[in-house]
Formats: sequence, structure tokens, C-alpha cells
Amino acid sequence: MSTDTAVGPPSREVRQTHRVVIRFAGDSGDGMQLTGDRFTSEAAAFGNDLATLPNFPAEIRAPAGTLPGVSSFQLHFADYDILTPGDRPDVLVAMNPAALKANIKDLPHGGMLIVNTDEFTKRNLAKVGYESNPLEDDSLEPYTTHHVAMATLTRGALEPTGMSKKDAERAKNMFALGLLSWMYHRGTEGTEQFLREKFAKKPELAEANILAFRAGWNYGETTESFAVTYEVAPARLAEGTYRQITGNLALAYGVVAAGQQSKLPVFLGTYPITPASDVLHELSKHKGMGVTTFQAEDEIAGIGAALGASFGGALGVTSTSGPGVALKSETIGLAVALELPLLILDVQRGGPSTGLPTKTEQADLLQAMYGRNGEAPVPIIAPQSPADCFDAALDAVRMALTYRTPVFLLSDGAIANGSEPWAIPDVADLPDLTTTFATEPNAPDGSGEFWPYLRDADTLARPWAIPGTAGLEHRIGGLEKADGRGTISYDPDNHDRMVRLRQAKIEGIEVPDLTVDDPDGDADVLVIGWGSSFGPIGAACRRVRAAGMSVAQAHLRHLNPMPSNLGDVLRSYRRVVVPEMNLGQLSMLLRAKFLVDAHSYTKVAGLPFQAEELAGVLTDAVKGDLPA
Amino acid sequence: MTAVELGQPSFGGGLDLVPTTDETQKAKDYTSDQEVRWCPGCGDYAVLASVRSFLPELGLKRENIVFVSGIGCSSRFPYYLDTYGMHSIHGRAPTIATGLAVTRPDLSVWVVTGDGDALSIGGNHLIHALRRNMNITILLFNNRIYGLTKGQYSPTSEVGKVTKSTPMGSVDAPFNPVSLALGAEATFVGRALDSDRKGLTEVLRQAAAHRGASLVEIFQDCPIFNDGSFDVLRKGDEVAERLIPLVDGEPIRFGNEGEYGVVRSASGGLEVARIADVGEDAVVTHRAGEEDPTQSFALSRLSDQDLTHTVTGIFRKVDRPTYDDGARGQVTAATEQAQQRGDNLQALLSGKDTWAVLPEPENEQ
Repeated sequence: MSTDTAVGPPSREVRQTHRVVIRFAGDSGDGMQLTGDRFTSEAAAFGNDLATLPNFPAEIRAPAGTLPGVSSFQLHFADYDILTPGDRPDVLVAMNPAALKANIKDLPHGGMLIVNTDEFTKRNLAKVGYESNPLEDDSLEPYTTHHVAMATLTRGALEPTGMSKKDAERAKNMFALGLLSWMYHRGTEGTEQFLREKFAKKPELAEANILAFRAGWNYGETTESFAVTYEVAPARLAEGTYRQITGNLALAYGVVAAGQQSKLPVFLGTYPITPASDVLHELSKHKGMGVTTFQAEDEIAGIGAALGASFGGALGVTSTSGPGVALKSETIGLAVALELPLLILDVQRGGPSTGLPTKTEQADLLQAMYGRNGEAPVPIIAPQSPADCFDAALDAVRMALTYRTPVFLLSDGAIANGSEPWAIPDVADLPDLTTTFATEPNAPDGSGEFWPYLRDADTLARPWAIPGTAGLEHRIGGLEKADGRGTISYDPDNHDRMVRLRQAKIEGIEVPDLTVDDPDGDADVLVIGWGSSFGPIGAACRRVRAAGMSVAQAHLRHLNPMPSNLGDVLRSYRRVVVPEMNLGQLSMLLRAKFLVDAHSYTKVAGLPFQAEELAGVLTDAVKGDLPA
Repeated sequence: MTAVELGQPSFGGGLDLVPTTDETQKAKDYTSDQEVRWCPGCGDYAVLASVRSFLPELGLKRENIVFVSGIGCSSRFPYYLDTYGMHSIHGRAPTIATGLAVTRPDLSVWVVTGDGDALSIGGNHLIHALRRNMNITILLFNNRIYGLTKGQYSPTSEVGKVTKSTPMGSVDAPFNPVSLALGAEATFVGRALDSDRKGLTEVLRQAAAHRGASLVEIFQDCPIFNDGSFDVLRKGDEVAERLIPLVDGEPIRFGNEGEYGVVRSASGGLEVARIADVGEDAVVTHRAGEEDPTQSFALSRLSDQDLTHTVTGIFRKVDRPTYDDGARGQVTAATEQAQQRGDNLQALLSGKDTWAVLPEPENEQ
């Protein structure tokens, strides 16, 4: 990290601030994700706490300049531990009229707006239905607006390179990045180094982007438009070494680590699907760590191959999103019947059907819980943040291996693409996941036979006898099996027993007790959520507490089985509020299982909750204003 | 997007990496303790007997053999063999076998499937297993009917078939499994009759020895719902005039006196002719190892739905890199590179861009 340029010009006011939310918005082809990612890396390297929210269309290149084509990246960075990517931006960078129109409603009055004026042509304005140019009428009066001709300035900066105007203009996102980097006292070296590496094979492009980046930085420095620059000090996170990580990357690392910790080869059988494909991309890079990836002909083949690999003694993994889970359901049922380890990574997205491929939702809970024929219980674990995906993957594999069962891990689009600092774990501290294969006949009758469904008395898990083991040849399948011997059985009592045994095995999985965060100790309202809503719920609790009220927060990581103290926790509060990005799936489970009058607060807008709205709900709950 | 030269490993036999045993094995060793529950007269019995008596010939360790099946009458097959086995779900056996074959080169992996299982619900997996050339052997029992669901027409049923679900006759055009397999880039395709133990065993022998995906179509009788469907190929005076057995490297002749031959047709395909009419030289020679599948495909088209002619034997047997060898080769190469570089999990997790947060100074705040 260079600090050579991290000093504002002396003539300017330098304002210290604790937190900033910046949103870069532009056309899908404008490179907003790259710009946001890069600023995130700078914030991370500087030691800020951060959280990000990429938001992009499902189309790769929607028609240029249109509202459906708008892509944005929101970054929240702070000098203290933050929980969300921020509700509303403090600074909005709008690269074209469509980006302005799609995002301006989120900018609070008084917020800073930086507009690329070059794109505000009659044609582009008409495309998104602006009747008059907002840069010329009074519609932007509530904001501190900076008009910057980014394309023109970039073109000018790149003139010496001899690049065509069109090519030169493509670097305008780096101009924007340079300007923001200057405004927030970020160094230039990291980004320049990054650009040199990214375009190592096309040095002329690297130089062009660096020129644009510097031009943006210098523009801030030399023009009089920007009276104030801002400093956000490094955050006081817990001691440790950190890196920035997205949920999908953490998930992939968790799988690699699980393979190492279990000493099993990892086999990922999968099919590309948004927003889970990055898990495949990442794992395909780690063949050298014992990971085999198989891009199958469809979702069904992906999980089938993973299950076949598990039968052979590998750690079978499949990755997908909701529509893929629907296709895999029958094989998950088979895995339940076979009682073999299998990890199912479901990165949830908006549904039903194709739904909103690039937007987040947590509406697969009941699909994971019940979406199979027959009584087919499957453990479910849900990470609460991007970095948490790593630990959740390890815990999921622990359950899969210990209890010989398929396990669902429910991530979602917000976690998958969002990023945050991750305290890099010491490998020596990772859990030991080694497991044992059966090697000897086990029949209790001394017959010398192998009984594949003779269960461990503690875990109710069956032995894992892999092909190649002499004397343990056996056949398993989807037909009901005789308890113990594992041969086909149509006996009514045996089926009743096996259904209950499979259920009891999953219910008996050891999961940690639920912890409740109630700093005041006198809360009579509990808010409980699961998965990616942890951040917004936590931020909402902070707001409510800052306003002098008490609220307790608990977050469910294990959704099946649920923690054994959950019922007691729920019953010890006057009011239980359950915010979810679905129509109340967890609250239905809690009501059914514990007979508590949980209040469900739901939203399915394809975006994470905002702390502000949840704070409002919790405030109403504390004041007793919630409808019954 | 770029493509790279893979430098695939050289070919070998299908069982080269599977451990062998010196112990003498018998059919009985491959017989599980499960009572066989197919209907009396079912062709599956004959196939089971052939497989049980053929497996000892391979000299493999029994524990290194795995039979995977889907759903249907024939898919009960694994229960009756004392090897490792999995009776999976409808149509998906090739997917299970794929994961197993990729991760376990030391196993001989067999798929048992039927015409409904392989060609209807599992058609996608079948063609992709063949295209990838997975090192597995697929036994496709074709009785041209759905037996386990009690008698609906199947994707190989002849047009106009009257069944419970098609009381006015089926209007579907059927698949020719051999043509389908050849079109799906299969490297080994054979066909045999359930009752022809010698012919079936020979096809099985070569299929097992083949490195890559082998598809063996076995015509098989369902005495309950499609009784006698292949009888014209089994008994009567016309058998020799209907069956066209393929022998690699030999002219394709058949008939009681060898009076018929397969010759080129005017349209560029193949047809049957009396040798007396066309002369010996016109008879084409069968070459299973020909890279160009054109002739094998033309042979597959000689098999009519009404069984006027049925070609049996090995249609195609060519070498092509297998998916599982290729995938393992990449893992092995990457592992060697990783070891040379000294890669480890800690380095991976740490990545390149990190920052340290030091302990908080005391008394601050």
C-alpha cells in the first residue's frame, strides 16, 4: 500500500468521517463491477471494514443506455465494524441518464452526485424517458451535483496514445475511479499495479487505463469543483490478518479446505447456473489441491456424478441455484436413501422458475427442507455473510461425513457476490474432518457378512464401505432396505422403522445452541433471521438500541436440525419478529414447531433488506405497535 | 476463447488399471444371496447367466467391479450379482457411473439399463456418456416395452404398437439404439440376442476390454407384455436369412448357405443382395475399427423394425481418449505442479492482498 498520494491538497478541507457508502452506476458495458471491485480492494488494503452489493442485470449486454442495462456496485466502508453494504449511497456516480434515473431515488437529499455529462444527449435522455435534461432543470437541486465530462476528459488524457476516440472512452470508468480515489485519499499504486497485471498481455491497454485513472485523480486535485475531501480511518477489527472475500470464493475455499481436512478427494459435479457458477470456476482452478470438477450435461447429471463419486469414497459436491435444486431433488432423495455424504450448495436467487437470476432471495428454505417425495430429511445450514461461507462449508461437510447424509448449504446472491474482510484462518485451527471407511464384515450374528445399514449407536450413521474393499461387496439403492442388513424390504414395520430412523438421525445431528445478542439484557422483543439478512437485521438492532430501546437478536445458522434451545429462546420473549426475503418460510416453521406467535416481516424485491426499514419494524415491535 | 493441445494419455485396455486376482473364479462367486425375481421366461435370466459366467473370465478382483443401474426390470440386475452395486433412479445410472469412473480408475464400472431407462428418461445422459467416452460398459436391455410399469410402449417400440397407453397404436417413431449411439460419437457399439450366449459373451468380452464407453444393445424378451417379440430371430427356417452377424475383417455374408451379402446401394448406403446376383466382389468387408463411422451407421440402418434383417456383433470399436483419463491426467499434472511450487492450503486461503490488524493499544477509547 502506497501512501505517497494519500494526502489531500492543503488548500482543501479534509473532513474525517466514520463511514461512507458509494454507488457506482452505469451501463452494463461501462465496467462498473470492475470499478467497484477495485475501489473495494483499495478500501480493504487501507484497512477499512467494508461490505459490498453488486447489482447487475441477467442479460450480459442489455441494449446500451437503457434502464434494464443499468449495472451498479455499492460499497460501504468504515472505520468500525459494519454489517451491511449500506441502505442508501452518500455518493452516487452516474455514468449515463439511465444510471441516474434508476438510482437517484436512493440518494438522500444532500447526497453527492457525480454525473458523466457526456452521455446526457437528447437521444440517451429520450431512451429512458427524460423529457427535459435533469442536468439543466431543477430536478437535481436537492443534491450536491458535480458535472464532469468524463468521456471527453478521458479522451483528452489518452490522446497521446493514438487510440481511437471510441476505445479511449472505454477507460472512463477508470477516470471515475481515479476521481473517487482522490476524494477519499486512496493511493494510486495498488490500482496501477492491478491494471498492469490485468492487462499484462496488452500493455497498451494497461497504460491507457492508468492514464485515465491518473486523469481522474488529477482532475479532483486541480479543479476547484471539489471543496472537500474525506478520510475514513482504518477500522479497528479484531486482531488478525485479513483479506477481502466474496461469498462464492469463500464457499469454494471452504470446499477445498474440507477436502484437505477430510483427506478425501473432492469431486464437484455441477452445471453452470447464475449466481453459483463462480464456485465451479474457482474450484476448477484447484485441481492441484485434489479437486476434480465435472461440468455435466445438466443439473441432474451433476449431482448424479457427485453421488457416484461419494459412493466411491470421494467428497461429492454439487453447486447450483433454486431451479437446479428442483432438478436435483430426486437424486437428493436417493442420497437420503443411500445414506452417503453429499454437499449441495444452493446459491439462492429470485424465483419462481427462472425468476431473477442475478438478484437475491431466500425462498428456497422450504424447498431444501421438504422438496422431495417421501419423508426425506436433509440437514440445512445457512451462512450469514460472505466470509462465513467458508466456515459453513466446513460445518456442512462435517455433518455430511459424520452422519453419512446429503447436506444443504443455502447461500444467496447477496452473499455470493458481496464481499467483506475475512480474518484468514490458521489452517492448524481448522476442524479435523477425517472419516473412516468400513474395512471388515460387521454382521452382529457372526455370519461374517457385511450389513451396510447397521448403524452407529451414537450417530445412527451407517458404515461407508467403498468399492475395492474385499469382503464388503454389497448392493444399495433407492428401494427400501431392511434395517441393518440393507437388503430390499417391503415389510410394513421395517419401512416405518427406517423412515423414523432416517428422521432420528438428522434430528440427532449435533448443532450448537442458539446464542442471543441482547446487550441491554432487558429486551422483550426478539428478532430472529437466517442467512444473508444477518447484516441488515444487526444494523437495524444497532439503530433501535441507539435510540434507547432494547431488542434481542438471534440468527439461525442451522435450520435443520434447529438448535435444541431454540424453543426456550423463542418462548422467553413477548414478541418474536422474523424478517425474511420470502413470504415467511422460517416463521411458518417456527410457528409449526414451537407454537409461537412469530411476526413475519417479509420482502422479496431482489435486494437485501435495508437497515432503516427493519429498524422501523423493530421499533414498532418494541413499542407494541406491530399488528397482531 | 482459446483451445489448447491436451496431450492426452495413450490408449490402453478398458481394465488396465483394475486389480486382478490369481484365484479361480466361478459363476457362483458372482451370485448374490438374493432371490431373482424376474417373471418366468424373462430374457433377463439368460443375460444374467451369461454375465455371471463371463465375469470370472476377466480375472478381476470381484470387489473392484461395480454394476450401476437405473429403474426398470433390467435395473434389478445389480442385486443379483455379488459385486458392488447401486440400483439408482430412473435414467440416471450413467451419471452415477461417470462420477465413479472419474474418481476410481481401479474399478470396472458397468451400467445396466433398459430401453425406457436409457433412451427415454435417461436419453440425455446416455448420449453424453458416449460423447465423453467414459470408461464404462453399458448393457442396454431392449425389449421394446415398459415392463415394470405393466406394458406401455417404449421409445424402441415399433410404430403402431397397441399397448395399454396406445390402444389405437403408438404414433411415435422409434429410436434405433445402435444408430443413436453411433451418432453420439460412441467408440464401441455392439448388439446381441439374449439367447445367443456365445455371441453375447463375445460382445461383452470385447466391450469390457475396450477403453472408453461401450454400448451393448441386448435384444431381450418380455414374456408378459411383449411375448415372442424376437422369436423370428431365434427359431424357424428364416433365422439365417434375418440375422446378419458381423465379423471384423470379413465380408458380410449370411443366409443358410451364405447366399446373401451386404453391398453398397445406389443411394450410397448399404443393402442386402443375393450374391448370385451381384458377385462376390460386391460384398463389403466389415471394419469395426474404421475411424469413419459411415459404414457402421449404414449397417445399423439395415436393422428393420419388423426384424426382416437384424445385424448383430460389433459395429464399431475405435480408440479415442476417454474423459476420465483426461480429467485425471489434468488433476495429476496440476498436483505435480502444485507440489513443485510448494502450494498449500494456507497459502491459498491467504491469497495475495492481505492486511494486518494489530492488537489495540491499551487504554484507548
